[in-house]
Amino acid sequence: MSSGSPAPAALDFAGSPINRSLSADEKIELFRQMVRIRRFEGESLRWYNKGRIGGFLHLYNGQESIAVGTISLCGENDHVITAYRDHGHALAVGMSMNECMAELFGKATGCSKGKGGSMHFFAPDKNYWGGHGIVAGQTPLGLGLAYGLKYLGKEGCALCYLGDGAVNQGAFHESLNLAALFNIPVVYIIENNGYSMGTSQKRSSAYQDCLAQRAEAYGMEWDLVNGEDVYEVRAKAHIAMERARKEHKPSILEITTYRYYGHSVADANFKKYRTPEEIEDYKTNHDPIRLWRRRLLDEKVLTEELAEAIEEAARQEAVAAAKFAEESAPPTVEDITKDVYWEVDNNTEAGAIGRHFFND
Amino acid sequence: MSRTLTYREALREGLDEELARDENVVLLGEEVAQYNGAYKVTSGLWEKWGDKRVVDTPISEAGFIGMGIGASMLGVRPVMELMFWSFHSVAFDQLVSNGACVRYMSGGLINCPIVVRGPANGGTSVGATHSHVPEAMFAAFPGLKVVVPATPADVKGLIKAAIRDNDPVFFMENTLLYGNTGEVPDPADGDFIIPLGKADIKRPGTDISLIAHGRSVLIALEAAEILQAEHGISAEVLDLRTIRPLDQDAILATVRKTHRAVLVDESKAFGGVSAMVATLIQEHAFDDLDAPVKRVCTIDAPAIYSAHVEHEQLPNAKRVVQQVLTIA
Repeated sequence: MSSGSPAPAALDFAGSPINRSLSADEKIELFRQMVRIRRFEGESLRWYNKGRIGGFLHLYNGQESIAVGTISLCGENDHVITAYRDHGHALAVGMSMNECMAELFGKATGCSKGKGGSMHFFAPDKNYWGGHGIVAGQTPLGLGLAYGLKYLGKEGCALCYLGDGAVNQGAFHESLNLAALFNIPVVYIIENNGYSMGTSQKRSSAYQDCLAQRAEAYGMEWDLVNGEDVYEVRAKAHIAMERARKEHKPSILEITTYRYYGHSVADANFKKYRTPEEIEDYKTNHDPIRLWRRRLLDEKVLTEELAEAIEEAARQEAVAAAKFAEESAPPTVEDITKDVYWEVDNNTEAGAIGRHFFND
Repeated sequence: MSRTLTYREALREGLDEELARDENVVLLGEEVAQYNGAYKVTSGLWEKWGDKRVVDTPISEAGFIGMGIGASMLGVRPVMELMFWSFHSVAFDQLVSNGACVRYMSGGLINCPIVVRGPANGGTSVGATHSHVPEAMFAAFPGLKVVVPATPADVKGLIKAAIRDNDPVFFMENTLLYGNTGEVPDPADGDFIIPLGKADIKRPGTDISLIAHGRSVLIALEAAEILQAEHGISAEVLDLRTIRPLDQDAILATVRKTHRAVLVDESKAFGGVSAMVATLIQEHAFDDLDAPVKRVCTIDAPAIYSAHVEHEQLPNAKRVVQQVLTIA
């Protein structure tokens, strides 16, 4: 700086109330959850490259602190919905690696019985509503979950995640307008990994200082969050979630992050639109798992031995999940027409009247 | 005992009764509350039920329909008005990728008990953007149900069934029918519900079957009168009422009775509802036919504005009679 004054020290969010209340075990659990996601993704990539997993595979590597940090704040009446990069959130809400891996393998034991695939994981019993394949298509649904909470008189909020590429879709802007107009308890979380598929933020979005600032046009609160620090993610998300729960006010959080792999594994250009140095710098200096591990070691909460044991357990869990998926049975041809109509599946009177399917 | 109500009043009565029955039913849409509805279907309901149950939305179909779908996953039962079904296109991703598919993609963990309703018709000189009839298109998406009522009694009985249904129901009305009157059972005589998936013979006959839905049913009935009076032909008119689930049994039964069929359909011929009905007839009742199945559809072009010829573009009794005379 030209003035010669020292740069302001980065705020330490460890001292924020929601973080001060964390026990050592809870901090370790945050580490464990992030590691599990990374190991799951690594294992799924291995099987994708073997040709056992179909379609697209949008990996979450590098972004783990966001799902784990924010979802760690969720209570009984808080709900979660995201887009197609959904494995991390699924594991963070408590879905098992087995059901997630089996879904990738297209098996009947998958969370969606092999009917959804990588982009469409769901667990309503854990307040997890997907897993949605169309960019920003989930943003009105997240609004609706929060509207539903308010309608039903429950104190809670909906966390609706989207990528930085989703902010230019009309559905998102319609959702923001409605959220602010109707005072809906939704928190939109932009996971800004810098790239809208292969197009950088600068080449895809018009903005002044950041994307979340667009909230100002709707009279909404917003904040910018450093995604490499779990404490900061939790501290700032907590404020937005409390604003939603207690005041029925929506917010936008923009959490800066980075993805190590391409938009999907099928993204052949992912090393072309970014330099190897850029990727390496993040891995070395900004990786949220590495930083959290270092932090917990410094705090004497974690030991190297325990950290390694957690890594190894997660690796084994992922390997076992792949084995489970491999050995599971696929859906049958008869299964194709199940789970289309609730009334038919539940053998109701309505489900028995008229022809629902047209197959011969 | 029944009363004479307009189609609009019968529909409103059905909505009102369902608002009273289930506190999770909420009406959402543009101008549905304080303005009393662009076509006055919801007139008086906001005054009666208040801000929570009858909600004015901005002109933001993708936003509020997606919101309704999201809320339905938590157990709210939104009934969302499209001022015109023609506006479906700006909410298409929500209606189809989310509304139709979320149950399937979640392996049956989620259901989406929504109703999307509003008028879907041509014939009012509003040009192509406001005259779409998308029932055949939406019926082509498994997961969706599509209902097209023709009479006041049917619109009431069917809207109540639609709201109680646990799957997404797309309910298509008609601005040209809102003012029509008809007999509707008295609520004092019990809950009046017409199940989805049941067609109805609106006029029995012996010589030919006219199979239709929506306002085309009234056109078929008008044609049937002319055929009887001027040509001595006894036409049976079958009202499909629901497009999906479709009452295939009723379609085949009338064809097996009369051995001839003319399908009257405001869709365009390519992929229209009548294309599906014709396929089912030839697949399952081919040997019962004494003549090819014929159709009277909307003339194949975007909806013309000019009132001088728009009625000729749509199915009308004259065209139905002409088509019948080619095979009867």
